[in-house]
Amino acid sequence: MHSHSPTGYGVGEEANVFQVRIHGRGGQGVVTAAELLSVAAFVEGSHAQAFPTFGSERTGAPVVSFCRIDDRPIRNREPIAEPDALIIQDPTLLHQVDVFAGLDQDGYILINSARGFDQLGLGEFATGFREQRLLTVPATEIAREHLGRPLPNAVLLGGFAGLSGLVTIESVARAIRERFPGKLGDGNVAAAEAAFEYVRRETGSVAHA
Amino acid sequence: MLEQLEGSQAVAKAVALCRPEVISAYPISPQTHIVEGLSDLVRTGELEPCEYLMVESEFAAMSACIGASAAGARTYTATASQGLLYMAEALFNASGLGLPIVMTLANRAIGAPINIWNDHSDSMSQRDSGWIQLYAESNQEAVDLHVQAFRLAEELSLPVMVCMDGFILTHAHEEVDLPTQEQVDAFLPAFVPRQVLDPAEPVTIGAMVGPEAFTEVKYLMHAKQVLALDSIPEIGADFSRAFGRDSGGLVRTYRAEDAETIVVALGSVLGTIEDVVDELREQGVKIGVVAIKCFRPYPLDDVREALRDAQRIVVIEKAFAVGAGGIVGQNIRLALSGLESRVHDVVAGLGGRPITKRSLHALLADALADRLEPGRLHFLDLKRDVVERELERLRDGRRPGPHAESILRDQGIVAARSH
Repeated sequence: MHSHSPTGYGVGEEANVFQVRIHGRGGQGVVTAAELLSVAAFVEGSHAQAFPTFGSERTGAPVVSFCRIDDRPIRNREPIAEPDALIIQDPTLLHQVDVFAGLDQDGYILINSARGFDQLGLGEFATGFREQRLLTVPATEIAREHLGRPLPNAVLLGGFAGLSGLVTIESVARAIRERFPGKLGDGNVAAAEAAFEYVRRETGSVAHA
Repeated sequence: MLEQLEGSQAVAKAVALCRPEVISAYPISPQTHIVEGLSDLVRTGELEPCEYLMVESEFAAMSACIGASAAGARTYTATASQGLLYMAEALFNASGLGLPIVMTLANRAIGAPINIWNDHSDSMSQRDSGWIQLYAESNQEAVDLHVQAFRLAEELSLPVMVCMDGFILTHAHEEVDLPTQEQVDAFLPAFVPRQVLDPAEPVTIGAMVGPEAFTEVKYLMHAKQVLALDSIPEIGADFSRAFGRDSGGLVRTYRAEDAETIVVALGSVLGTIEDVVDELREQGVKIGVVAIKCFRPYPLDDVREALRDAQRIVVIEKAFAVGAGGIVGQNIRLALSGLESRVHDVVAGLGGRPITKRSLHALLADALADRLEPGRLHFLDLKRDVVERELERLRDGRRPGPHAESILRDQGIVAARSH
């Protein structure tokens, strides 16, 4: 991997693979988010693999997608049971699905919400995690402002770039523009950049819990 | 050029580079993105001359392919699961007539119970339909196998099925090196049909053949398939020279040279298995992998050669013959007849159940400690309590009801869902 070398993942076989699991609902672009993250990593020269949970998803149903990023070619195709990072596109899933399954306390968590971890009832859960790796972003509000639609997926990728440093915001923007040319892409890029800046501001200060 | 692409889109682009003249298809998940991609390329004129036929069923899709191929057109289709079964009769016609149609099969389970997820029940159900069957491990290989498949089909005048795991490959975004049009044109010459329906020179294709000659026609079908055992490695070697990477062939070995235990599998699960084998090698276990790349024709000699020195063989397959056992396993045993090795049949990944590294480690630990009962069909991650409860219900009740619905009710699931 490049600049992103999150620590605390042991040594040996698994040391270089970084695994992201994205939770959301049908219609929120959960699958597209994993795809865009894989493209952002790919343009930076990493190997990346994105895939959805496979099924007949319908609008509103809980959906999961996965993205693996590695400096070596990726052969493993099992679903990600032990993620290094979680992106949660819909906070109403927090008490419906075991979104945190398999995440250890070194992991990253980015949640789409205007409220903090305490207000979401996660204060106790967050104890023991690294504070600077947990964050909420009001992605729906940012999306409404820049897109006119409450689509949080690309916005959260901007936030995730800011939180994890796994990919740069420039790569995220490029992935978005390749997938959505024109005005739609511009709006999503603007929203992703706004989220990136938001995260930078929040993580620059102490009080983000 | 290296691109980060969805498997289906990569295959659609690769097929287009092969310049098919007729595509006839009916959409079915998880194959739909492939033919959608191709119909877009035809609509925009990027793929021309090509006629895209949106037909009313898979039976019609294959029937139209038969007509188009017999008229001398390079012909392509794609399907999955029930769609393949629906075209079963036409599959035998395509192969019996020796028509070089190429088809993508996005592997998916067969109902009932209805299930849209991946396994190999569909392709295995048609393994004796006279089609060549190639299995892709990755999206790169799926791309490469399609380019090879058209050449193989047309060289031998035989239909070829390229099998790729539905969802696991078709819906995965990963890097794919798509060849250029010039490269594909240089590798794949224009189609010169061996037989052609031409109004200027009328002939019959598909005449009724009685007992006086049916055996001979079938013998020739078999002889031609056996010829493919020479053509497939040759075309694979040519491909490596032209494109600079290995893809296809009959059998591939991985860390198998001194292996006492060898895992045999087909398709996309091989990557996960290789990761597990690497981890076991680090612990000093002499274990390797044999990938079956071509299941029909069956490369018996190559399989025997690859496995002859192993003591213990674990076959992991995503389908089985109900009431009989492993399908690939039976074929492996056939290749090893007379040798002392033990072959374990393990059914895994049915109906989309994920095949995890954790489960593979547990399975191989059992195999290495000789805890797997030989001669028995094993089911990876079988939920024994669920089966027991259902058997109990069967013993007790006069009308226990359907298994599928009872089990779902027990598990508190209203509608089927994935992991």
